[in-house]
Amino acid sequence: MNDDPILRVCTKIIVGPIILFGLYVQFHGDYGPGGGFQAGVIVAAGFILHSLIFGLKEGRKLVSEKINLIIMILGVLLYGGVGLISLYFDTEYLNYSILAHEAKHGQHIGILLIEFGVGLTVAGVMLILFHLFSSWKGDSK
Amino acid sequence: MIHGILGIWNYWIVIILMMTGLFIVISRHNLVKKMVGLTIFQTSVFLFYISLGKVQGGTAPILTGYKNTLYSNPLPHVLILTAIVVGVATTALGLALILRIKNEYGTIEENEIASFNTEENSK
Amino acid sequence: MAEFFINGFLVFLLAVIAIVAIQSIKVFSTVMLAGAYSLISAIIFVSLDAVDVAFTEAAVGAGLSTVLYIAAMKHLPKREKVVNDNTFFALVVCLVVGCLLVWASFDLPQIGDPMAPIHQHVGPYYITNTKTDMGIPNLVTGVLASYRGYDTLGETVVIFTAGLGVLLLLGDGRNNRDENE
Repeated sequence: MNDDPILRVCTKIIVGPIILFGLYVQFHGDYGPGGGFQAGVIVAAGFILHSLIFGLKEGRKLVSEKINLIIMILGVLLYGGVGLISLYFDTEYLNYSILAHEAKHGQHIGILLIEFGVGLTVAGVMLILFHLFSSWKGDSK
Repeated sequence: MIHGILGIWNYWIVIILMMTGLFIVISRHNLVKKMVGLTIFQTSVFLFYISLGKVQGGTAPILTGYKNTLYSNPLPHVLILTAIVVGVATTALGLALILRIKNEYGTIEENEIASFNTEENSK
Repeated sequence: MAEFFINGFLVFLLAVIAIVAIQSIKVFSTVMLAGAYSLISAIIFVSLDAVDVAFTEAAVGAGLSTVLYIAAMKHLPKREKVVNDNTFFALVVCLVVGCLLVWASFDLPQIGDPMAPIHQHVGPYYITNTKTDMGIPNLVTGVLASYRGYDTLGETVVIFTAGLGVLLLLGDGRNNRDENE
């Protein structure tokens, strides 16, 4: 919790662009440097900045712990689920060629999907790690 | 000869960093410092892999569209990319364990924790 | 030649930071030095053509891992108690292992040698076939997501498991949580 008006106003301005940049890194990962791992960390960093300045309670209003856990799990399930789709269409696990009418196109869709899964998991895990470390008080012994 | 030394200079620095990390892990008793030592050790391994993947006169492995462009080897980059993120996840797990240890023993100095244990055994 | 010298200078800087990190008895400054160390290694990764790795190292190593360390340091003592009981033993072990590794390093290929064994195996296959197989220019993403998709699935599950592990270690006992801070 920080009451400095400069920090609070600057944070309000900057959190949006950070998350937007994270999404850019996520979906532009095929063409330039970037991908799910980096994007997840950047998006999480945006939320962490918000929590650092406005307090953990405000941060949890933005993303509640339940939604945070669901995001984590959804990422892994999305990754695994794409593999199951290719099994359903009688190819190898995680062979994306089947996802579209053309193999090359299917590969592209598959890469986007699993990168999104990775991004969700990494963002969720990093955010929950920060909240757990900051809100821990120790057992009252 | 100059090229010979420069060509393996990175490996020597990697070895120095690796031994620095190992030294911290062996000689310091503070658990947080041990974690930092492990991080230094880990980064030296990353540096070693990336040094191996470098090709003289090559460029970053993003296709430029021109013919006859020389690219560095993308495989070590992929391995290390995932290793970095897994590294921070394991660091977080280690720090969580350190917090629990601090909570139980009231100290994070390894020798003090060890003496606690021997006192309990001798009772 | 110039890139050799830039590279050499940066790795020298890394070694200096690592040695200062040993010397410092303030745990807090060690943690901050670890952040600086990560940032400089990210610059080295750029000079060695690994842009994706540099991106990750700068975001994760220098950014998030420092945040986690500081969040944990809130509950931990800021200074370490110096006990030099096995410094000599550690020094001997490190010197012996270091000398053996330096000896082994003479057998490694020169940095940047295009004929090194690592560049003869699957690397060239990925470089020539990524465009025709999946039509994306970033080779690292192509290898990461498609050619070695199983690896990445495993890594994702590892991160997920680490998150669950920390949740189990620190998340129990809702009453102990300090929600107002």
